[in-house]
Amino acid sequence: MTKEELKSRLGELLPSATFEEGTEWTTIMIDPSAWKGIARQLRFTPGLDLDYLFCLSCVDWKTHFTMVYHMESTLHRHILVVKAKLDRSDPEIATVSDIWRTAEFHEREAYDLFGVRFTDHPDLRRLFMTEEWKGWPLRKDYEDPVNMIKL
Amino acid sequence: MIEELSTTEQGELVINIGPQHPSTHGVLHLIITLNGETIRKVEPHLGYIHRSIEKMCESLSYRQFIYVTSRMDYLSSHINNHGCALCVEKGLQIEVPPRAKVIRVLMDELTRMASHQLWWGALAMDVGALTPFFHAFREREAINDIMEETCGARLTMNYIVPGGVMIDLHPNFQHKVKEFITLFSSKIDEYDDLVTDNVIFRGRMEGVGYLSKEDAISYGCSGPTARGSGVSCDIRKLYPYEVYEQLKFEEIRVTGGDCYARYLVRMGEMRQSLSIIGQLIDNIPEGEFQAKTKAVLKLPKGEFYSRVETARGEFGVYIVSEGGTTPYRIKFRSPGFSNLSALDHMARGHKIGDLVAIMGTLDLVIPDIDR
Amino acid sequence: MDVGNKTADPFPGEVHPTAGGGIVVSKLDEIINWARSNSLWPLVFGTSCCAIEMMSTAGAKYDWSRFGFEVARATPRQADVIVIAGTIVNKMAPVLKRLYDQMADPKYVIAMGACATSGGPFFYNTYSVVKGADHVIPVDVYIAGCPPRPEALLHALITLQEKIRSGATREQIKVEKP
Repeated sequence: MTKEELKSRLGELLPSATFEEGTEWTTIMIDPSAWKGIARQLRFTPGLDLDYLFCLSCVDWKTHFTMVYHMESTLHRHILVVKAKLDRSDPEIATVSDIWRTAEFHEREAYDLFGVRFTDHPDLRRLFMTEEWKGWPLRKDYEDPVNMIKL
Repeated sequence: MIEELSTTEQGELVINIGPQHPSTHGVLHLIITLNGETIRKVEPHLGYIHRSIEKMCESLSYRQFIYVTSRMDYLSSHINNHGCALCVEKGLQIEVPPRAKVIRVLMDELTRMASHQLWWGALAMDVGALTPFFHAFREREAINDIMEETCGARLTMNYIVPGGVMIDLHPNFQHKVKEFITLFSSKIDEYDDLVTDNVIFRGRMEGVGYLSKEDAISYGCSGPTARGSGVSCDIRKLYPYEVYEQLKFEEIRVTGGDCYARYLVRMGEMRQSLSIIGQLIDNIPEGEFQAKTKAVLKLPKGEFYSRVETARGEFGVYIVSEGGTTPYRIKFRSPGFSNLSALDHMARGHKIGDLVAIMGTLDLVIPDIDR
Repeated sequence: MDVGNKTADPFPGEVHPTAGGGIVVSKLDEIINWARSNSLWPLVFGTSCCAIEMMSTAGAKYDWSRFGFEVARATPRQADVIVIAGTIVNKMAPVLKRLYDQMADPKYVIAMGACATSGGPFFYNTYSVVKGADHVIPVDVYIAGCPPRPEALLHALITLQEKIRSGATREQIKVEKP
């Protein structure tokens, strides 16, 4: 599907989503509490079939977090970017590791580095840092006077 | 440290294939639950080479952060640098001169071949054959010599910069690459004779580690791991960049899903790379090797994503910029990270020797996974 | 006994020719050092990029088995020298210490590359890198480079051999008690 067709199809399927303008790929912003239902729709609706989740990242804007999901359909070859704003004091969003199996490791990484909790994740624990590590390293306010030598 | 378990409640044995092990291709810690000798569950523990690259890049400028990606997947270091340079050029709308494009693709394909040569030698060594290792390194030295003359380094070369390449080709480059093509065309048949049709090798590879097409897509696998299960995912064909549109090469896909299929994909890719280099080496256009850019690069506010095909799969660079001289957030989508998540699924029900064969065909480079 | 002899590696001692052969007079320490330096077995330990250059040194073009480093053992119990090829991070440091403790005396350590020497390119603004492997275990020889060429690694191995033969390693320096 082209970008315009995808935009109109998503507009009728997900009335609550807002679109971002001026980006390379179709980008929508959704409400995190509705993410699980929307993810199922994106994966299983014929015509959308977004089955390849290739990037799951988290960005720390000092007042809130944004989860960014890049996904592609191997059948129709269109790409969609989904964003969700999370509250910084208690970041929580539904897991999608049962829909796209690759999300299991990616969500553990986001938990380890940012502290975002994924509800119903089968095994949410730290991935890169040791189990006893305190703090969420990739947050903008992370201070570590022992290890980090600032230039 | 991790709690030490020696048996589970069902009486199964829990053992370590620890961080220091000759066949883990780096520092991968696997905790395996065994029932007798059959594997019930494989749990990878990562982080033994987590160098906090993403945090470090937030304080490096757009010209400086590229050197770090050489060290992430050090066997495809040119291709990683290429991905970063493409992302920065996308943000700044820089037009790369044609000579630089051809040079970049030549270096990419040489790197891909060097990486597959090392993979072949290491896989054969893991499975028990020690001789192919020396054959592989002998040919790899030929590529390293070519790289050293032009780029100055053998392994981690920061040659590709935003705008083009850092310095022009050495005058000997064309001649040496042509010599290499004639040398390697006969050597790759030798590789096939040595290993591909060997009865013992086939017995160890066929039927081991099956990954179906749907599972490969769901686990996010890319590169030869997914192409060995029949998934069409070569970024050079689907979203071509640089001069790949004008080249004649095939995407090697084998429907088999087992280790032998993934092995055949990589052997086919080596031949395709050789043909790409043969098509380009006589047609390098004259001109500039680097576009004129400012000394200090500042990307406009926004997000940029670029995808390239490394020897392991799809490498993605995601830059979020706030308009400054350093990126606000960089995320590197590494191919090994997703390929590794399919290991547990593939290895259940096999023996430990099969696990080693599966890891060999996944071609993991752990610093790429841990970043 | 000379320290700077880089070319020949003769058996240490004086040969006194007599009828029917000869008698060799030497010091036991020197013979032991000579034997130890010529058969150091490295441990297979590579964490990141320097491991590839270490493998190239083991390959056919820059062969390290000419100098006695023929058999690379996978287990620390049978190894003499550990070549730390790659960055050491906080999670890996206890593992490295445990490997060093498992090795039997006499044991030697080579820190290969900028990362193992001092943290290397990952020195500033990283929260998880140990800035130099000598924070964890004592190091005998340091190699500079990122990654160092195979010839640099061979030079370091030869330097280690000379260090052993000249009696300058840790166990051999005997401190006079006051």
